[in-house]
Amino acid sequence: MTALLNVTALDAFYGDFQALFGINFELGAGEAVAVIGANGAGKSTLLKSLAGLVRNRPDAVRLAGRPIGDSQAASIVRLGLALVPEGRQLFPSLTVEENLLIGAFGGERTSPWDLASVYRMFPVLRERRRSSVTELSGGQQQMVAIGRALMSNPSVLLCDEISLGLAPIIVEDIYRMLPRIREHGTGIVVVEQDIARALRSTDRFYCLQEGRVTLTGRPADASQDAIHSAYFGT
Amino acid sequence: MIGLDTVIEGVLLGGVYALFALGLSLIFGIMRLVNLAHGDLILLAAYLVLSVTTVLGIPLIVATLLVVVVMFVAGFALQRLVLERVLGDDILPPLLVTFGLSIVIQNGLLLVYGADSRRLQAGAFESASVTLGGGLSIGLAPLTALLTAIVAVALLQLIFYRTSLGRAFRATSDNPQIAQLMGINERSVYAIAVGISLAVSVIAAITFGIRANFDPSIGPARLLYAFEAVIIGGLGSLWGTLVGGIVLGLAQTIGARINPEWQILSGHLAFLAVLMVRPRGLFPSRRP
Repeated sequence: MTALLNVTALDAFYGDFQALFGINFELGAGEAVAVIGANGAGKSTLLKSLAGLVRNRPDAVRLAGRPIGDSQAASIVRLGLALVPEGRQLFPSLTVEENLLIGAFGGERTSPWDLASVYRMFPVLRERRRSSVTELSGGQQQMVAIGRALMSNPSVLLCDEISLGLAPIIVEDIYRMLPRIREHGTGIVVVEQDIARALRSTDRFYCLQEGRVTLTGRPADASQDAIHSAYFGT
Repeated sequence: MIGLDTVIEGVLLGGVYALFALGLSLIFGIMRLVNLAHGDLILLAAYLVLSVTTVLGIPLIVATLLVVVVMFVAGFALQRLVLERVLGDDILPPLLVTFGLSIVIQNGLLLVYGADSRRLQAGAFESASVTLGGGLSIGLAPLTALLTAIVAVALLQLIFYRTSLGRAFRATSDNPQIAQLMGINERSVYAIAVGISLAVSVIAAITFGIRANFDPSIGPARLLYAFEAVIIGGLGSLWGTLVGGIVLGLAQTIGARINPEWQILSGHLAFLAVLMVRPRGLFPSRRP
């Protein structure tokens, strides 16, 4: 079976510095996968490589069989892969609604997500739609960041540290939305520092350490000790 | 005595300065690029209109539309072929390149058109006027310039705040890398921005070229007025740029009325005064 997203022997570099070594990774339609690892393990670099912010060999990354490893970020999102970047990175000059609309800039993929369905999922955003994003709470900003990515109607949604800096109750609210995104067949990759949180909501996980995959499997099958040692390298 | 006529004259002159400054303000707002060749590009547009009207004998309005298209394409190409290569974290290379471009355009114009002063011919329109009550009358050409400036700002605001392209402009200006993640091609957005800036410059060139004589060397002086208008109004605000142009025009006209030698000086003094009171200009954009 061809997975929705296929990563084969991915090496990633920042100049001379090699951040990832021979990563193999796959994601199926409607599947949720966690990528865990310590600071500097290469989690964000992996997401950036997938989204086209870090370039690679063409066939290192395949989306629905199509090589995108060397494609530009702007064309990858049109092909159906969207990133919710770490720290939310909303556009401060744009209102809440404009931030959502700009997510649909590519304009080629139009269902199921549009303004109406994003507002149905996050009703508070409809109330604040004319506000500047700088006036929103952290949780509301994260909703905008997720909504903005959904507006491109991705078949693969990458979420980088979506719980960062948020109160636990808000984090739960946001994670509760993941099944609604998956039910449309969208595959989700979640990168988290909070291992327990990530493993509770995903089908499989990959643990990265110093740029290499050290452990992969189903959360239920992996022992605490195995994860601990894959995470810290002890 | 500074009368109503002086004030009206100053406001109308401000319309011309605002048109000079709009293209500069636009590029700076979106790309953080200071285009030192802006004044010379306006002159280039003026000479192109002059050539098209005199050599081809096309009416001014048609010539304007033609040159607007030509300058838009030239701006697009300028960005893709030249400016794009030097844009980055370092602000010096783009400054040097546009400075060099300024010299190239000046000398190019000198070579082709010579050093003689020229003027755009607009027939009866040049001297026509609208009579107001109380013995006042307003020149139709300067009035048209001001109205054109207002319409141009309103149109650009409409593009900026009501269209998908405008959202892309603002998003790219906020954060070019994240804008790419939205499917926005940064290179095209910048090229369109420079294209629009040069298209607006054509309008500036026409209003200026009808009003006063021009020769290839006056670009940098016009650039200075444009800069002052942008700074007075506040960086990143188009309505601010319009107000900045009017403040400058008013200051120059009032200064000239007091003493004809003070025209240019009083414009600069008004600029310094605004900077002392409001260092970020009258209407700075809210963005930090």
